[in-house]
Amino acid sequence: MQSGNDAGSDARASGAAPFIVVENASLTYGGASPTLALENASLEIGRGEFVAVVGPSGCGKSSLLKLISGLHLPLSGRVTVAGERVTGPLKICGMAFQHANLLPWRTTLANVLLPLEIVEPYASQFRRKRAEFEAEAEKLLAAVGLAGFEGRYPWQLSGGMQQRSSLCRALIHAPQQLLLDEPFAALDPFTREELWDVVQDLWLSRRPTVVLVTHDLREAVYLADTVYVISARPGRVVSRTTIPFPRPRRLDVTYEQDFIEITHALRAQIALDRGT
Amino acid sequence: MTKRLTPWIITIGFLLAWQLVCTAFKVADFILPTPTEIVSALVAYAHPIATNALQTLFTTLVGFGLAVLFGLLLGLAIGSSRFVYDGVYPMMIGFNSIPKVALMPIVVVWFGIGTIPAVIIAFLLAFFPIMVNVAAGLTTIEPELKDVMRVLGARPWQILVKIGIPRSMPYFFASLKVAIGLAFVGSVISETVASNAGIGYLMMVAGGRFDMPLVFAGLVVVAVMGVVMYEIFAWLERHVTFWATRAHDQAS
Repeated sequence: MQSGNDAGSDARASGAAPFIVVENASLTYGGASPTLALENASLEIGRGEFVAVVGPSGCGKSSLLKLISGLHLPLSGRVTVAGERVTGPLKICGMAFQHANLLPWRTTLANVLLPLEIVEPYASQFRRKRAEFEAEAEKLLAAVGLAGFEGRYPWQLSGGMQQRSSLCRALIHAPQQLLLDEPFAALDPFTREELWDVVQDLWLSRRPTVVLVTHDLREAVYLADTVYVISARPGRVVSRTTIPFPRPRRLDVTYEQDFIEITHALRAQIALDRGT
Repeated sequence: MTKRLTPWIITIGFLLAWQLVCTAFKVADFILPTPTEIVSALVAYAHPIATNALQTLFTTLVGFGLAVLFGLLLGLAIGSSRFVYDGVYPMMIGFNSIPKVALMPIVVVWFGIGTIPAVIIAFLLAFFPIMVNVAAGLTTIEPELKDVMRVLGARPWQILVKIGIPRSMPYFFASLKVAIGLAFVGSVISETVASNAGIGYLMMVAGGRFDMPLVFAGLVVVAVMGVVMYEIFAWLERHVTFWATRAHDQAS
């Protein structure tokens, strides 16, 4: 670890309890002949840490997110977030998916405001404080480069812009944890790299705990403090790699020797796992 | 511009062909009247046609309004609850398979002849497509869209109000265009069988006198009312759920 900016090291250095703890969690899918998606997966994530989870496709990466968000409960083992055992969907959670999933009948601004209509304490104040909330949403949209697009409908925006709006919607209610399920997979490489920086800036300014699931090793190494590799189904945590580069990182770092070596090492692990 | 003119050109061409065939083959007017004879019947009987048309329009709209109300409510119930869906749907399909004319004797015994049977038959015909479409709009919500709401801790009713209902609106408005046509069919059928007013009744009386131009005039009036109502709902659809059609343009 080269940098004091590293949030994960901060959390551990201060001796604080980890924010997200997954202990020996297993999860199955399907009713009649269930497939084991995750097997005895364990990991600890510090408050404010940026974690990436990589692995071959179908290895249960998304299942891990569903566990942490409380959308699914583990078959065995335990998931704890902020010191409390997860027993249902968490309200301190923001989530963005591969598809932006914006509501086509709402303008971009109204889409971003959606969580505030649901999550307390905002929901009960929504009518009264609407102007304030709208100003907040506009600020967030401006921060991701969407100033002036508030009144547009999602179908009038490009894929990258939709994903930016989706990130704003995931963050508007200031969630303590942000879960990203391959949010850039459907974008072209240039837009994807632009959005890496958008996410990094948002994370640096707001410091939620982030869990990013991705297929893209460069993306994982560029964005995360810690990268977990998960094995092919049933998913188990195979390795944990701390990424040392200082923040804020800029795209040049992805062409440095250290960066390439880390990426290669991760790739080798995944290839090895697929081979066995 | 050509897009707007085409339906008119086709309609006028059809009427011209009709007129020519009738004249060329000297078809008797009590078999198939020419368009000009139908128009003169429309003018000659303008007053009775107007009053009866208003009666038909009234029964149709009341039946249609009830169909919208109950179709929407039951569609929402069926679409949002697996339990209600499994329980109610088979029976609904059974009801829908019954020819509505076959219900006329029952309706007449219960309510006599006149306005009420016409309203009921219009309702029965228009109700089903509305219910099915609203339910379809709800049951086809993308699971990811629900997950967006569920991670926020949204309750089922919140998902229904924020996602389900808006998302089923394009299905709802599409069904209205079908349902209004069926409501006209229902009320006219009922008027032909058991009524003393309405376009259906007028056509029965005219048919009994072999006044075929007047029978056809009745058909024209029903068709025109149907087209006008259809256009009203198509306009509503374009303005209320504009996002659905535009979104599809941009989909790829």
